[in-house]
Amino acid sequence: MPDERHAGAMSDDVIQLERVVKRFGAFVAVENADFAIERGEFFSLLGPSGCGKTTTLRMIAGFEQPSAGRVLLDGVDVSNVPPHKRNVNTVFQQYALFPHMTVFDNIAFGPRSAKVPKAEIDRRVGEILEVVRLGEFWRRSPSQLSGGQQQRVALARALVNYPSALLLDEPLGALDLKLRQALQIELKRIQREVGITFVYVTHDQEEALTMSDRIAVMNKGRVEQIATPRDIYDNPATLFVAGFIGAANLLGGTVVRADGHGGSIALSAGPTVEAVLEPSLALKSGDTVTVMVRPDRIRLAGPALGDAQAPRIAGRVETLVFHGPLLRVDIRTASGSIVSAHLGTDVAIADLRPGDDAALTWDPTHSVVIPDYKADPVSGIGATEGIEST
Amino acid sequence: MVRPATRAGRIERRIARAERGPADAVDAGPSRRGRRSTPYLLVGPGVAWLVLLFVVPLGSLLVTSLKTGSFAEGFETAVRLRNYSDALSESWEAIKRSFVFALVATLAAAAIGYPLAYVIAFRGGRYKGLLLGLVVLPFFTSFLMRTLAWKTILSDSGTLNTTVDRLHLFGALEFLRLVPEGSDRLLQTNIAVIGGLTYNFLPFMVLPIYVSLEKIDRRLVEAARDLYSNAFRAFRKVVLPLSIPGVMAGSLLTFIPAAGDFVNAELLGGPQQTMVGNRIQSRFFEQVDYPAAASLSFVLMALILIGVLLYARLLGTEELTG
Ligand SMILES: Nc1ncnc2c1ncn2[C@@H]1O[C@H](COP(=O)(O)OP(=O)(O)OP(=O)(O)O)[C@@H](O)[C@H]1O
Ligand SMILES: [Mg+2]
Repeated sequence: MPDERHAGAMSDDVIQLERVVKRFGAFVAVENADFAIERGEFFSLLGPSGCGKTTTLRMIAGFEQPSAGRVLLDGVDVSNVPPHKRNVNTVFQQYALFPHMTVFDNIAFGPRSAKVPKAEIDRRVGEILEVVRLGEFWRRSPSQLSGGQQQRVALARALVNYPSALLLDEPLGALDLKLRQALQIELKRIQREVGITFVYVTHDQEEALTMSDRIAVMNKGRVEQIATPRDIYDNPATLFVAGFIGAANLLGGTVVRADGHGGSIALSAGPTVEAVLEPSLALKSGDTVTVMVRPDRIRLAGPALGDAQAPRIAGRVETLVFHGPLLRVDIRTASGSIVSAHLGTDVAIADLRPGDDAALTWDPTHSVVIPDYKADPVSGIGATEGIEST
Repeated sequence: MVRPATRAGRIERRIARAERGPADAVDAGPSRRGRRSTPYLLVGPGVAWLVLLFVVPLGSLLVTSLKTGSFAEGFETAVRLRNYSDALSESWEAIKRSFVFALVATLAAAAIGYPLAYVIAFRGGRYKGLLLGLVVLPFFTSFLMRTLAWKTILSDSGTLNTTVDRLHLFGALEFLRLVPEGSDRLLQTNIAVIGGLTYNFLPFMVLPIYVSLEKIDRRLVEAARDLYSNAFRAFRKVVLPLSIPGVMAGSLLTFIPAAGDFVNAELLGGPQQTMVGNRIQSRFFEQVDYPAAASLSFVLMALILIGVLLYARLLGTEELTG
């Protein structure tokens, strides 16, 4: 049931943030958020705790007013419109179900406030109860439901209004892993079925990667990158994004040659590598950069030199960790840097022992060059956070 | 509850248990027995208190209320039910007045107390503690002193009385039956007594309402606002229903002592404001007719109990139907 009321609206952006700033006193919680969310999209706001995700969502919902900039819903500036006059609905983190009402009354709350005729309310609530598969629970009170069921009631209570967009603030945060995974799939199904735009706040990168059409990665109030999950993973725009999403080797280096599209970078970990340089970065010889390589793109290099173009880093095996589906090998280079590789388990373990000499290589196209905006004293040390979630 | 008192007894029990089987011995050890009796030990002092200071005096009051005779000739234990019918018929007006006064005072306290509690709970911020302190501050002076102070405030030559007179508000008060016809004074009128009751019992209304409001999850209000409710509808549909238990508790805590009060009527009222508390007091101290005072007390208690039960019934079902 896509929203007919707004069919044929002027633009196909449901939500637009134009240079939105939110300050609490002198503290800047959201800095210059400027992006648009398309109709029907599953859009995630991803970032560490305190980065301003909830604040951004609350400005879209109307609970907070931007200190500067504008929020547009369906092309209309709503910066000063109170929450009850905005056609978006929120699914709160702890659900915030009305404890003194039944499931039915909770779900019917929105349509009743909006003075929808009674017969229509009954029809809609019945319909949405089917969508969230809670048909037989309509008479219960929220306290008689499990966490997952309460979650669905919260979802139904928002969806029943056919909002232009649904705002979800870590909706699965309170649930255990198994249930969370089941509900992730459920949420995706529901989103496809109803075709409503979802704005999804999470600090769980895996959740964002698996569910989203696009992800906005936030850090300290700033949106660092907005892209598809694949793009975020393959081409992180900033060091923060590279480190926050997935595991990453971050190798410091200096540009030694730059032409239109490519160039060479001398890594402080040893070799000089060829890499693609985005023209938009306007890098020139002498600039310090970080080369990011995902551990899963790195292979063991044979003793013979293969492709002369391929980067090759030699060192001593520092640690070997068996992760089930993959084998993690950390190599310490002569310069002291650590480079991490995720190898398939088809690699014979007997060949590799801590203390052995080994060499790693990867396809040059898998080097992602990230300009250093500020000098980073620990450049060259591989960051491998986040690997445990795989 | 029965615990083996001596070491020998304890050992005996242990042997008996060992004979029954090892599982038993582990399961029903003395510590577990002790733990099971803990709840009884905990309610013990409370029960003793109630028996000593409530059940026993109540029994003695019941016996007194049925006695015959007089102070001069001496009272004799009997079952004189006429004491009750006399109490009812002689003090019926005062009883009715007590209930009306207490009811109006309770409503007034709720009307004043709810917004007060609401502002403290929702807007108090870091001044919550201070504001609550101010609500109970008057309680640090004696009930009698506070009521006497009101007598001064309401006195005929006082600013309040002359202001009400000058603003020609006595007509309005008269229309509301808060002062008698043609009155130009506040003292010794219904409004003085009801005002005194409201003032004196206000904190009993404010505190329970505050507690119930304070407990409400603020996100529920946001959820209501998010679901197309304006501020008023969010209040009416979410905050108010969830704070009803507080209002209910506050009303009982206000109504019950107000209905039995005699100090306010005594100090602020006149002969037309006599409440049942005053009747009991005069039966006891002036006429020294203990059976009459006792039976009237019982009548009051029974009526309040009936009222409270009806009230709980009413509110209980209302809460269920929404
Ligand atoms: N009402 C407020 N007053 C002052 N500071 C606030 C307020 N609300 C949020 N902040 C601050 O703004 C920053 C961003 O908060 P926000 O709740 O948006 O973070 P978040 O990204 O949702 O984090 P989390 O993942 O922990 O929920 C935090 O540093 C927080 O302390
Ligand atoms: Mg948050």
